[in-house]
Amino acid sequence: MAATDLAYNSKELMVCLAARCLEDHSTVVVGTGAPLAAAMLAQRLHAPDLIVLFESGSIDPILPTMPISVGDSRTFWKAAIATTMDDIMSFSQRGMVDYTFLGGAQVDMYGNINSTMIGLDYESPKVRLPGSGGANDFGSLCWRTMTIAPHDRRRFVERCDFITTPGYLTGPGAREAAGLPPGTGPYKVFTDLCIIGFDDETKRMKVESLHPGIAKERVQENTDFELLWAENLDESHPPTGQELEMLREEVDPLHYIIGT
Amino acid sequence: MEAGIRPLFMPPDADGARQFFRQKPKRRVEKVMTVSEAVAKFVHDGDYVGIGGFGANRIPTAPLHEIVRQGRRHLGISCHTATHDFQVLVAGDCIDRCDMAYAIGIEIRGLSPAGRRLFEEGRVKATEWTNAALAWRYKAAAMGLPFIPARVMLGTDTFRYSAAKVIKCPFTGAKLLALPALSPDIAIIHVHRADPYGNCQIDGNNFADADLARAAKHVIVTTERLVPTEEIRRSPHRTSIPFLCVDAVCEVPYGSYPGNMAYEYYSDEDHIRAWLTAEQDLATYREFVDRHIYKTRDFNEYLEECGGIERLRHLRAVEFMLERPDFK
Repeated sequence: MAATDLAYNSKELMVCLAARCLEDHSTVVVGTGAPLAAAMLAQRLHAPDLIVLFESGSIDPILPTMPISVGDSRTFWKAAIATTMDDIMSFSQRGMVDYTFLGGAQVDMYGNINSTMIGLDYESPKVRLPGSGGANDFGSLCWRTMTIAPHDRRRFVERCDFITTPGYLTGPGAREAAGLPPGTGPYKVFTDLCIIGFDDETKRMKVESLHPGIAKERVQENTDFELLWAENLDESHPPTGQELEMLREEVDPLHYIIGT
Repeated sequence: MEAGIRPLFMPPDADGARQFFRQKPKRRVEKVMTVSEAVAKFVHDGDYVGIGGFGANRIPTAPLHEIVRQGRRHLGISCHTATHDFQVLVAGDCIDRCDMAYAIGIEIRGLSPAGRRLFEEGRVKATEWTNAALAWRYKAAAMGLPFIPARVMLGTDTFRYSAAKVIKCPFTGAKLLALPALSPDIAIIHVHRADPYGNCQIDGNNFADADLARAAKHVIVTTERLVPTEEIRRSPHRTSIPFLCVDAVCEVPYGSYPGNMAYEYYSDEDHIRAWLTAEQDLATYREFVDRHIYKTRDFNEYLEECGGIERLRHLRAVEFMLERPDFK
């Protein structure tokens, strides 16, 4: 059966595409959920020596199964070291962590992320969300930040109600002016419609590739700000049979990330 | 230069801390007591509390229940990925100020309705931080410093709604974040083994607990096992909290339940889900908290209420992957 004939859902698509971006021998700090599924999938395919870190203190575990918590015992199962949150954050601050994956309730055109609150009055939020956790830390300190998020207008907003985690802030040079380490920032966003990168000059979101069957108009309609478009707009390669099999049978056998 | 606009609940005072730690008793005395005694003696209304663990992992559930039962009010807390521990203190209406890095969320299990109500109804004063910021604030206090520089939070609303400041590096001129030292009145930490003097060993990730124990003025330790001091001294390299920091030692087997305890038992996902479900409806919630906390005399009764030794055996099997965990 040709790969394009395979049935897959949008979560499987996002996880598979994100996994392909993680290089072998690189370091990635992840949370649980879709980002971890992407890292585990990459390890089983093209990146067996991808080094996974968890903020609670784990480096390079042999993940036996999907952890439920970023700090549970699965995250340091047969790990190289079980250490401290300070240590993992310091590895990131020293420049030793290549990638991080973040999610959020809102993301704007510069890749700034909100995971703190909906509403504009800090003292009485419409919806209070968990807050930064380690997201601001990793978005500040890791070399490249990636995001996995379903694509809709309420999430891809003109302006975040609250900037929890820095993207490119207000545009070129803003991160460095704020004091953040140079050369860091958002790298890719994986949605259920497309893959987005960031324009070198403006630091704004630029669509690089559309998923099979998705039109430009649909992507723009689902975005609350004006997207930039790559000159050579690609079509995303759909998940292969091997990727789907590995994801469903080894990475997430209970389908708790990818659903049924 | 720039400064965050939210309140600093625990202003740093390195010299005051030195005076406090100078008079803190250093004698090697046995500190074993019950959880109820430890909470009565060391946790007071209005105190600022630092809770060990991370998420629902190696959390000191027994003293948290006891704080609720003894009706402590107006506590401040520090939340670096505080999940079930936060839920318990919210259930007792114990908290009125909160250094927030992560709470309300119960990680991928969802948001706590009771935690949301607390914030959305404006019943708690909050200041924003990040997990690194709170870990490093403990680190600064543990080092006896008033602040520590860092390169996080800069340029964001997380900074604006914090109580951190931007400073200039005296060597490079670069902008840095200054994080004020955080020295809680009381730290409460669950460990794998402790001796009667309070020497503690933790297996697996330490989270921020070694620094928290050094930063706090007083420390209550609950331990899976109380062991003779010889066992600790046979492998002192495994000790992460020395007796000098510790005020109370309470033996509480299964003390992280319903959280995970590495190499001992996995989290009870059904029970945590039951909490989240109960929180949706106020009457159900009240009944649930009554049944599991107010109407239980101690932690053992709670464990019995939740299925006792049979349930715990199951969670041990899950921890060691002797059975497939029931993820949904």
